[in-house]
Amino acid sequence: MRTLLRRLGFYLLAGFAAVTLNFFLARLLPGSALQNALAKLRGANLDPDAIRALEAQYGTGADHSTLSQYLTYLSGLLHGDLGLSTSQSAPVSSILGDTLPWTLGLVGTATALAFVVGTLAGIVVGWKRNGLLDGLLPAVTFFQSVPYFILAFLVMMTLGYFGGFFPYQNGYDTGRHAHLTPGWNGPFVTSVIEHGTLPALTVVLASLAGWMIGMRNMMITTMDEDYVLVAAAKGLPQWRVAAVAARNAILPTISNFALSISLVVTGSLVTEIVFTYPGVGWQIYQAVLTGDYPLLQGILLVVVFTVLAVNLVADLAYVALDPRARKEA
Amino acid sequence: MRALRSPKVLAGSALLLVLLLLAVVGPLIAPHSADWQADRVSGLPLAPSGRFWLGTDQQQHDLFSRLLSGGRDTLLISFLAGLFACVLSVAVGVTAGFVGGLVDDLLSALANIFLALPGLLILMVIMKPLPPEETSDPLLIGSVIALTAWAWGARVLRAQTLALRAADYVEAARVIGERTWRIILFEVVPNLLPILASAFIFTVIYGIGTYTALAWLGVISPASVTWGTVLNEAQSSGAAVNGYWWWYLPPALAVALVGIALALVNFGIDEVINPRLTSARTGRARGVVFRLGLTPVLKSAAPQGTAPAPVPLKEAQP
Repeated sequence: MRTLLRRLGFYLLAGFAAVTLNFFLARLLPGSALQNALAKLRGANLDPDAIRALEAQYGTGADHSTLSQYLTYLSGLLHGDLGLSTSQSAPVSSILGDTLPWTLGLVGTATALAFVVGTLAGIVVGWKRNGLLDGLLPAVTFFQSVPYFILAFLVMMTLGYFGGFFPYQNGYDTGRHAHLTPGWNGPFVTSVIEHGTLPALTVVLASLAGWMIGMRNMMITTMDEDYVLVAAAKGLPQWRVAAVAARNAILPTISNFALSISLVVTGSLVTEIVFTYPGVGWQIYQAVLTGDYPLLQGILLVVVFTVLAVNLVADLAYVALDPRARKEA
Repeated sequence: MRALRSPKVLAGSALLLVLLLLAVVGPLIAPHSADWQADRVSGLPLAPSGRFWLGTDQQQHDLFSRLLSGGRDTLLISFLAGLFACVLSVAVGVTAGFVGGLVDDLLSALANIFLALPGLLILMVIMKPLPPEETSDPLLIGSVIALTAWAWGARVLRAQTLALRAADYVEAARVIGERTWRIILFEVVPNLLPILASAFIFTVIYGIGTYTALAWLGVISPASVTWGTVLNEAQSSGAAVNGYWWWYLPPALAVALVGIALALVNFGIDEVINPRLTSARTGRARGVVFRLGLTPVLKSAAPQGTAPAPVPLKEAQP
């Protein structure tokens, strides 16, 4: 119980730090960098209301103190108000509401797939250490050491553009001959799955190696433990001995999951941009192109909170799986 | 240097050396300067030919020259980022591990928070409003990227420092009255070097990925020619959709090659840190059957002639 409270305390602190950082990030920038960006926006055709909202949000127009701005910002957040997007003249929260399901679907599926496949493969490769499979490791590392968006380019080119196996643009068929109504109907779902294959494949390929190599290395270390030897000495079948080792080897993998999830999420967002997938990543690209600060910062906050939530789940799983974690600290 | 025997490490270091060399001399041996334009009339990218080995882009820049000139800043920034991040992670990780107590709690919480933050997005928010002359300054960009990259190393180093702090030789150094900074610098840090090297390599891989991604998204000013900014121009002219593969494939492959070279070197470092992880298919362990619970010992471990002749136990005793 005490461990749990400690962890919860950490997440509250982290969430608060992220919110505060997000607030000050735009204000701490050197010189008049932000002013320049805002001036550029004012030059564009923005209606006065939007400009006033922007000035209030970044404290450039009104002469409120930083503290009162901060409090207004906090209370806005509590009410789910992330400000107004300057490029789309819509509340940031509604833009996120439209695009977040795409991203969650894509990243969630791909990450779960990579975790399961990578962990199972790691168990097998670690167990059969001098098998042919060990030769796979350098090949898998190739995918891990290449940045996500470069890998996305390569996947798009080989399987999409030249291979023609899967569509490589948009989230579903938007061509002239496609008559799809978004929703839970067969043709639409099929189209979404087809269009999601390549982006998901990219994310799986890129993150697979991390799970696989981590699990292999832990398996090799765990296999030397006495309890595994005892399990083998008892005459258990091979696969049950492997399961004994694997069950203990998987614990560090779960805490590694927490370490790498923010990299995986960022990488997936960038992958979306390559495939013009209609998720949060694509909105980031739009926001960068148009200098849409409220949108960019809103996305940043949502991503941070998603990562923290996943971390919390991983932590809970760890405590549930490892009795020692309940006692310590 | 046992690591150098592994073919993976040899291949990785050779590749890395060639890439670094190209980054240094690339701009000098490039047939044209990066900003040179073949002609100002045509707006159609030319496919690779004898005249332009990698073709041209829409502004008729020679892409082969741009590839050669683009490596310098890209590699400089990622290595700078790796270096700065390592300094930060040693400072935070070793302090947290060695001092312990409240300092440890605070620094660990800080590192964990930074781990959860999506570095690339924060860098976008920070760098987007910067003027072009600042985003083309390698030192500044490298250090800003390092700010988002140190946490992983700090966490790993802290764990190892905790283990070392309890080691007998560190205890001994404390008992004979060595000062704390001396213990840290001369007893602890040298034993962290393999882990530090691995953290450095990871950070450089992160750095090159992050920098190229930032440039590709247009956050870095396109005034500086790097692999990332070439990708950015290709992206904004729809090179992928129009089939101008020679425009974006070479810089993308160059970035990929750097990553692969670094990962191969890291394989060797991993095996030095934990020799048990050595792949059984290469090197000395070829043909060894690993049995559960037993770490095989190879007879050929010590080369013939250098190993001391076995001394019978009784005679060895004085």
